[in-house]
This record gives sequence, C-alpha cells and structure tokens, in this order.
Amino acid sequence: MTEIRGRLAWRIGEVDETRPETPHAKSLFLEVPGWEGHKAGQHVDVRLTAEDGYQAQRSYSIASAPEDGRLALMVERLDDGEVSPYLTDELRVGDRLELRGPIGGWFTWGVREGSPLFLVAGGSGIAPLMAMILHRAAAGSDASCRLLYSSRSREETIYADELDHLAAEDGMLKVTHTLTRSQPPGWTGYSRRLDKEMLREVAPSPEELPLTFVCGATPLVETVATALVELGHDPNRVKTERFGPTGG
Amino acid sequence: MDENRLDGNAAGGVLGEVFPFEMTSAQVACVSCGAVWRLGQAMVYMHDMGTIMRCATCDNPLIRVARGSGRYWLDLRGVRYLQAEEA
Amino acid sequence: MSEGFFSRGFRGRRRQPEGDIPLPPGQYLVEGFPVLSAGPTPRTPLDEWDLSIVGGVDEPRRWSWEEFRALPSEEITTDIHCVTKWSKLGTSWEGISVDTLLEGVETAAEHVLAFCDGGYTTNLPLEDVTGGRAWVAYSYGGEPLEPEHGGPARLLVPHLYFWKSAKWVRGLRLLSHDEPGFWESLGYHNYGDPWREQRYWGD
Repeated sequence: MTEIRGRLAWRIGEVDETRPETPHAKSLFLEVPGWEGHKAGQHVDVRLTAEDGYQAQRSYSIASAPEDGRLALMVERLDDGEVSPYLTDELRVGDRLELRGPIGGWFTWGVREGSPLFLVAGGSGIAPLMAMILHRAAAGSDASCRLLYSSRSREETIYADELDHLAAEDGMLKVTHTLTRSQPPGWTGYSRRLDKEMLREVAPSPEELPLTFVCGATPLVETVATALVELGHDPNRVKTERFGPTGG
Repeated sequence: MDENRLDGNAAGGVLGEVFPFEMTSAQVACVSCGAVWRLGQAMVYMHDMGTIMRCATCDNPLIRVARGSGRYWLDLRGVRYLQAEEA
Repeated sequence: MSEGFFSRGFRGRRRQPEGDIPLPPGQYLVEGFPVLSAGPTPRTPLDEWDLSIVGGVDEPRRWSWEEFRALPSEEITTDIHCVTKWSKLGTSWEGISVDTLLEGVETAAEHVLAFCDGGYTTNLPLEDVTGGRAWVAYSYGGEPLEPEHGGPARLLVPHLYFWKSAKWVRGLRLLSHDEPGFWESLGYHNYGDPWREQRYWGD
C-alpha cells in the first residue's frame, strides 16, 4: 500500500540509552518527538553534521517493534567506517541525532500479512528481522516463524540471549544459528556459511508458501535468495535487503 | 553478482525527498525488457553523485536521481509506467 | 528543518594536505581510493576486449588488447579530483596517450563521446583529450587496473573532475556536435573544471 504523507523531512531524536550487544555492535535507543510509528522492516536515514557543515549519511534498520515507544537502531562498528565508529564510540545519552523516516514499504511485515514467516540474517542483518520478531511477540501472534541466523561466533551473535529467551517461551518461534568462525565447546549446530543444503533443511517447504525476508551483506543475501529460488520458492515471496559489501 | 548493489529500499530516502508517495512499493515496467517490478526489487547503486535504480532482469537504468546546487535532476526514461496505489 | 544542527564530536574522514599544497575549491584528501559505481562492474575477458576510434573519422580504428598494449606507453603521476569532493595527490598510472591513439586520424570533429562496457558515457571537447592531457590507462599504482576501478582500461583525464575519466572505456566516438553523457544528462556540468568548481549545470 502506498501512502501519501508529504515529503520526507529530517527531524531530531535524542539518545535515551545505549547498550553494547557484542564487542562490535551496539543498540541505540532514541526518543523521537512526534514519531508517527513504523512497520517492522523499515529503516531510517541518519545524518551527521560536523561543525564546518560537512555531512555524512547512512541508513539503519529500525530494530524495535512498532509497539515499542522508543526507536532502536543497531549499529555494527566498521573499523574503517566514517559513521559507525562515531555512533558506537562517541555518541552518548542526551546527544541528539538527525534522522528521517520511516522509509520502505516493500521490505516490511505485519502480523496481518500472514505466515509462515521465514527470516534469514547474516550479522547485523538481524536488525530489521528483530523488529519483525518483536512485533510478532508484542502482537501476541502464534504465526509460525523461523529464523536462520549466521554469525561469526556466539560472542558476535547480536541479541543472542534475547532470541534464546523468546524462543524458549514461544513454541511457534524457532531460531537456528550457524556459527561460521568459532563455536562454543559442545556445539552441535551448524558451523558453516549459509548454503543451499542448510536452507533445504531449515526453511519451510515451498508448498507452505512462506513469506521470506533475507538481510545481511550483499554476497550472503544473493547466495540465499538464489538458493531459495532453486529450491522452488516463489521469488516474489522472497524479499531481500542487501546491506552492501561489508554489511554495515 | 556485484557487491556494490543494494535493494530498492535503499533508495527510499532519496525518492522520499522528491515524491510524496512511499515509492518502494510502487510498480514499474522496464522500457528495455518489459519486466514489471516493485521499485523495492530494483537493483540500486547509490553514492554521493546520485542514485541509479536498475532493472533486476536486464540492468537497464529505470530511474536516475542526482541532487546539487539546490536542484534535483530526475531521469525516468527507463520506466514505461509507474503505478502507485492510493492509500 | 534542523537549521544549525550539528552532531557533537563528529569530524568525518577528511583531512587537509600538509604544507601549502593547494587543492581545488571545496576538495579534501582521502586515504583510500573510493569506488563509486553506477551499475554492475563489467568483467570483459581480454580476448573479447577491443578499443575503437569511431564516428567522424576518415577511417575507424580498432585495437585488440595485445595490439593496444604494444603501443608506446607512458607513466603518469597526477592529482585526481572527484566531484564528490575527495582528491588524491600524486597518483601513479601507466597508459597510452590519446594522442597516440589519434595519431594520423583525419577529422573535423570537435567533440568526443567516450563509451564503455556497461553503457556509461561521458562527453569532452576533442582538444581536452589531446595535447598530452588524456590517456587510456591500464595500470594504477604499479598493478594492473582492477575491475572496480575501471579495469582492464579506463580513460584518464585528470584536469577535469574524475567522472570524465570513464571506467571500462571501449572507445571514443568523434562527433561534430556535443552529446551529454551519463552524468552530464543528469545535471552535472558539461565541462567539469575542478579549479573553477564546475560541478553542476550553471556553475
């Protein structure tokens, strides 16, 4: 659905809380006066302005549910990045951040859109999918939802505890991790990059007509989307959000 | 496969500067190959010079946007039609 | 509208040159070599690659990769300036001068349209690619030019903004009229002199 809402304008939010998620990723919680709400999957553009007027801009998926009062962004620190190190290292509670949004009507999901829901994330690509998972929980939905999540290690798995907790409480939410670089002792799960065989084992069957959302670095997204279509999934039911070469 | 490309969503911000609609769910037909897409499915290449949205089938530019000196330039010649739904 | 807003503690990645090295107005130095892509990176195999001079010429010319690389080449050390405001000083290239490619060509044309794999084009006055001001470069920093930077070969016209140094160049079309290229038809300046800050139409 396309809504007429006037041209997208920049507005100011205030940092209410920051929370480290992993050694390289941090959640930022923002209060944005007048925020009219969003759909799970949408993103905001964030703009930084130096005192001499120089500006840099990046897009960040909204990681919080629409039902939440605050806006959560999940920032992965890229060592050679221009914006992410500022957001993770410098930005403090009480600072103001310029942003616009919510943006995007294609890569969104709401409980009314049905199920089963199949979510595939690599690294920081979990952010928009987390919004969908939290929205589903907040709406009290029992729609079937499966998450396949690729991270380098347990320490680098963003939202690890929160996802364990949500899955433990909800029989219709199934979370499968693959840890590609190192695994904890006794790990019996997947330990390789996402591939067609893993998707064949974890994804709902094409006959179930799942709605699939894939988010992460561009190479991962392309591998997964191609594999799903080869496995017989309808390409129009596989929505992708590429984060670019590095995924940040 | 190109590492630099993004999905149509990524252009949502710049399109939102120009159009009052939510554009990533608008439907377009490619003039070059006839394929019909939602703009969210287009392949987007964007950087400080501008935003180029390409057909996911044939790579033909669908929409090009640049901004500078207080003006926007829009080239929609790659789109045969653009269909946006009323709210 | 966020007038006067700035982000506490944000400085960005730029730096100014040490000493008195002047940069064109509005430019700053960068460490890396940014890649700006308007489309998929072409990857033409060398045995399918050729370079042509076509259009308003007595006789069109064409070189295969081997023939092209057999032409007398030059080493070029030069500054480059992108319209997106980054500059790099003292970059080193190897390439064939466009003067060499046009040697003996008879033409009344005054304009050139460079055309490239992937469909990119850019237009220049013929006099701006001659007189030792332009090359078709196949090597950067002592290494073969990588596809993401325009390899196997790109146009190199360092006295103009770098969008004129067309990546993945496959030829020059000589024309008696001026035909705006990919960015020139989207509001970018037709000529593009960094020292007069000609970024957009009307600048």
